[in-house]
Amino acid sequence: MKPASPLRLRMLGVGSAVAWLVLWWLATDVTHWVDTALFPDPSAFLESLQQIAFGNYAGGDLLKHVATSSWLVFRGFLLAVAIGLTLGLLIALSAFWRDFLAPVFNFLRPVPPLAWIPLALLWFGLGDNSKLFVMALAASIPLVINTTTGVTQIDRTLLAAARVNGARGWNWLWHVILPGAMPHIAIGLRLALQTSWTVIVAAELLGAIWGVGRVLTAAKDDVYPGMIVVGMATVAVLGIASSLLLDWVESRLMRWRTR
Amino acid sequence: MSRESVRPAARRAPRRAMLASDVPQRRWLGVLGIGTFIALWYAASLYIADPSTLATPLAVLERFVSMTHEPFAGSTLQEHLAASMARFGAGFGLSVLIGIPLGLAMGWFQYLDALVKPAFNVLRFIAPIAWVPFAVLWFGTGYGGPVLIIFAGAFPACVIGAYGGARLADKRLLEAARMLGAKSLRILLSVILPSAVPSIVSALRVAAGNAWQSLVGAELIVASSGIAYIMVRGQMNRTIVIVLTGMLAIGLVGLLLDWLFGRFERFVQRRLGAAAV
Repeated sequence: MKPASPLRLRMLGVGSAVAWLVLWWLATDVTHWVDTALFPDPSAFLESLQQIAFGNYAGGDLLKHVATSSWLVFRGFLLAVAIGLTLGLLIALSAFWRDFLAPVFNFLRPVPPLAWIPLALLWFGLGDNSKLFVMALAASIPLVINTTTGVTQIDRTLLAAARVNGARGWNWLWHVILPGAMPHIAIGLRLALQTSWTVIVAAELLGAIWGVGRVLTAAKDDVYPGMIVVGMATVAVLGIASSLLLDWVESRLMRWRTR
Repeated sequence: MSRESVRPAARRAPRRAMLASDVPQRRWLGVLGIGTFIALWYAASLYIADPSTLATPLAVLERFVSMTHEPFAGSTLQEHLAASMARFGAGFGLSVLIGIPLGLAMGWFQYLDALVKPAFNVLRFIAPIAWVPFAVLWFGTGYGGPVLIIFAGAFPACVIGAYGGARLADKRLLEAARMLGAKSLRILLSVILPSAVPSIVSALRVAAGNAWQSLVGAELIVASSGIAYIMVRGQMNRTIVIVLTGMLAIGLVGLLLDWLFGRFERFVQRRLGAAAV
């Protein structure tokens, strides 16, 4: 087989996206292979999208639901970054805190993020605080792990050179440790963002007034396939958009790498 | 000559540690850390003394043991665990059976790759838990629904692992096989699959972790039995000791799964390493 040219593959990619959409239309409206009570046809999807975008569904319009979830993820993610970076740096830099805290961390780590939700509901009720608690806890775990790995993998010669040249305290942390660990921290940030979205969708499915998870719950209870697809598409678009935003922030933070 | 000069250099000028990894681990500090954590937990639960907020570690352990012979929410802990493992096995097994061949084929047939990738990339960004409404609509809440969610959790890792492994296949081997007249399917089975095995095995470990995590979410929302369902009941009854017992059981099983898949990974690496020499 000849290697296909990049342009050809790209065209094929676009073509295939179109082909999937045509296939969807064929399977539902033309051949009726797929029962529209179980999966919507394109027109039902567009109607649902129109209803929630310009009208009202599950207590608000699409903007309200998206804004609620995004704002929660944003706050939860920032909390997780603050906790994860602090704890990760503490464990990576101080032998005392590593020996003291790492076993406790490893004791709590095997509990999957979503398993904290019932506990959070008992402690904080159904409001924002329980969601923020679970996100801060669950999303900080990959950050702790990746920050620690990142710091231990910094080139020793570089560290020694910085030390000899008098890097201490804040300088040491800000100009040597953090930039050196940044490639790994970037991986941790990506995982933390993904975890935050998973947690928020699950938490909103279990109880929320607004949010994308609330839309999914309402669509499930109403047996409304068009709105289910709208909800899932919203989750995907938000995930992709926030990950692109993170890419942009990282490219600004790591400008020194390309120089 | 003074006695100073015979002291070893290392003791005169101790090397300053730059990172925590420069200092050997002190286990007693770890024991102290865990001890402090449990003591604080104990003290807090005695001080708060509210069964809906906190329970002592001892009460959790007692409950854990008693639930193995006294039914809760209709079944004992083992029966809930068995229900969970059946769902886990079905969802994880399906994702391996479908995901790995698909990933290998995508890694080898460029046109299939270009065709499937757009759909796969969109699906990958949907959190597994967002499949809940369709899982309920298509398969109900008992067994099939959670299986779909677990499948959605494990599937991407299987595809990506097999795909990455297939792309790692040695170009010279591929060219040699092609020159000797092997057909595409034969190359896929005899050249690409063997070289993808290490990557597939690592992916299985990741996929199992994701599947376990999705199972917890699925059982919290749509199931009426299983190890995470225990926690839902505990939360509804406002008895935290049940919730904590569920977390303990989930953590233990998760650890066990990770350990098993880790062992399997090392076993395969060792065997392949021996074969390569």
